[in-house]
Amino acid sequence: MNSVTLDQKNLRTGILAILGALAMLGLGYAAVPLYNLFCRVTGFAGTTQRATEGEADAAAKAAQSIGGKTISIRFDATTSGDMPWTFRPDQTTDTVQIGVRDMATYFARNNSNEPITGTATFNVEPEQAGAYFNKIQCFCFTEQTLQPGQEVHMPVLYYVDPAALDDENMKGVEQITLSYTFHRAKDEGS
Amino acid sequence: MATTAEGFDTHTDDHAHDADHKPGFFARWFMSTNHKDIGTLYLIFSIIAGIVGGGISGIMRAELAQPGIQILNQAIFMVGVGPENLDAALHHWNVLITAHGLIMVFFMVMPAMIGGFGNWFVPIMIGAPDMAFPRMNNISFWLTVAGFFSLLFSMFVPGGTGMGAGTGWTVYAPLSTTGSTGPAVDFAIFSLHLAGAGSILGATNFITTIFNMRAPGMTLHKMPLFVWSVLVTAFLLLLALPVLAAAITMLLTDRNFGTTFFDPAGGGDPILYQHLFWFFGHPEVYIMILPGFGMISQIISTFSRKPVFGYLGMAYAMVAIGVVGFIVWAHHMYTVGLDVNTKMYFTAATMVIAVPTGVKIFSWIATMWGGSIEFKSPMVWAIGMIFLFTVGGVTGVYLANGGIDDYVHDTYFVVAHFHYVLSMGAVFSMFAGFYYWFPKMSGRMHSELLSHLHFWVFFIGVNVIFFPMHFLGLDGMPRRYPDFTPAYAQWNEVASIGYMIMAASMVLFFANIIYAFVAGKKAPANPWGEGATTLEWTLSSPPPFHQFETLPVIKDEAHH
Repeated sequence: MNSVTLDQKNLRTGILAILGALAMLGLGYAAVPLYNLFCRVTGFAGTTQRATEGEADAAAKAAQSIGGKTISIRFDATTSGDMPWTFRPDQTTDTVQIGVRDMATYFARNNSNEPITGTATFNVEPEQAGAYFNKIQCFCFTEQTLQPGQEVHMPVLYYVDPAALDDENMKGVEQITLSYTFHRAKDEGS
Repeated sequence: MATTAEGFDTHTDDHAHDADHKPGFFARWFMSTNHKDIGTLYLIFSIIAGIVGGGISGIMRAELAQPGIQILNQAIFMVGVGPENLDAALHHWNVLITAHGLIMVFFMVMPAMIGGFGNWFVPIMIGAPDMAFPRMNNISFWLTVAGFFSLLFSMFVPGGTGMGAGTGWTVYAPLSTTGSTGPAVDFAIFSLHLAGAGSILGATNFITTIFNMRAPGMTLHKMPLFVWSVLVTAFLLLLALPVLAAAITMLLTDRNFGTTFFDPAGGGDPILYQHLFWFFGHPEVYIMILPGFGMISQIISTFSRKPVFGYLGMAYAMVAIGVVGFIVWAHHMYTVGLDVNTKMYFTAATMVIAVPTGVKIFSWIATMWGGSIEFKSPMVWAIGMIFLFTVGGVTGVYLANGGIDDYVHDTYFVVAHFHYVLSMGAVFSMFAGFYYWFPKMSGRMHSELLSHLHFWVFFIGVNVIFFPMHFLGLDGMPRRYPDFTPAYAQWNEVASIGYMIMAASMVLFFANIIYAFVAGKKAPANPWGEGATTLEWTLSSPPPFHQFETLPVIKDEAHH
């Protein structure tokens, strides 16, 4: 060995290898925000999109040119096991014009005798519809607190993006199911 | 091949007395820094773990021999399990399959292939005196042992429905988080941390050794294929295991510290765990088979008395398998709800792996073609491995298809597939390697008759166990259940009979080891003849405690 001894060379290679392993460990953790971002951007696994009023208006204009195609929306509601709420959609299905905004409401009642804060997770089926299902307003954007016995009707304002009609994977999709699950909010002590 | 040779056999007697100082028993085996001693420790450990893991599968096959619950509700196996508590008995089933999977993967196959044969022969084959970091080598081994004990301990502490961690080897959330209260799952996760840390350190050691400590003239493209296989495996370990470590650490914090990585109530997603797990899990299956590929290459070449056919193609086929192995993980999770395009990608990428694998299978056959083949014990095991691994590879191509997987996902068809590639592919190559190197490691010849007998009985046994599982799976029998409808009774009974045949063959294996040490002939430096060209055959059997007092020099014209 010239100027570098074998021990030094080994140490350098060994440290590089360990750094590689640590980088993969970091990548494992980085997967959490990246996966979240990936689902939101691509609508992967039926993740719905969020739209502003402006985007909704633009979509409605675009929809006029394709001439009033409709699609059926089915509404679904569940609660997680430890959630003492009644939660159901006020309408089972609805037929909407693609591109035109529509409002659906969900009913919730707190059956317990304590105030409970819930947070709703959501997705749509079939999952390729996730990229085209836009919500302008939704009770799922924020946490909801219900007093004992309190009943509410909660709105969702949504539209189906007309771009769905150009997507080959959306051909044959005649109904989109919008599903919510209410969980107890995690930060609430219970 | 090497210019040293000859001298060592006659030298060793002197070495043992003067230059070749061996430490005392405790220091030698408990504080070992010698790669051969650590390799021996790993092999002994893996045999013990194999007995435990194999014994557990015996309980499983006994339960599955008939429909209904026969033995799980007998209190003999676990405290608190009994006819009065059927839930705990059924939970016990989950504990058994979890322990069987984890033990066989992390404490039997990996320690034997990488820790055992890798430690023993990688330094010798490249002409190095030892591993690059001998003390770290020792740490790797004892971390693995500690991991094994953590897993065994987990079986005797509460895990929710009953004693032990009943999550399956995949430890999917939410079963492993909110679904399993009690410390058992924590201990099982901790066991994976320890074994994983041991393997990462071991991988670092192999990479450093192979890159920096090759003898003069031993270029990368002259290394024996077994060394290539361990190098690729070490890279897979180094890149895949930290991702598992991240995933199971998230499980641990989800369980104990209120994080919600995999809990939808807090914005997490259980599917993310599956992605992380299989990003590790798929390379892991290649980690378990690649060193086997390396051993088979050495053995086929030795007993055909020919250099291996297509050496460079063989080496880079393993590299290709390793690289592509990182981008196919979602074929384990076709049924979680992937869209058609994603499934198409993972189907295509998975099937691409059949190409380098095919290169290897055909190169082995081409190595045998025209060779002067000797059917010594390692060779029959190697040929058995090629045949049975190919059977498992073919069902792998079936399962790669998203559409077919929708039908047979989580059925016994999958169980049959991965036991053909692992408990036949990997285990046959381990037995081949064991019989190939046992005379070198122990200095004693085993009985060829017993080895052949072991081969045939084991071959019949495992095929009778696992081949019927293809039929059961196609008929829709789901995996991970202790009970089934009587419609599946016949083939399950056959499989359980196969288990007994396989178990009988293990008696032959241990008898053979005992025979070798009691009455076995003294092994010469090279018992396998002129086909055995790698450096370990230039040393005495067993090799001196410190080898290569004369540095071997590999000539330019030497082949592999």
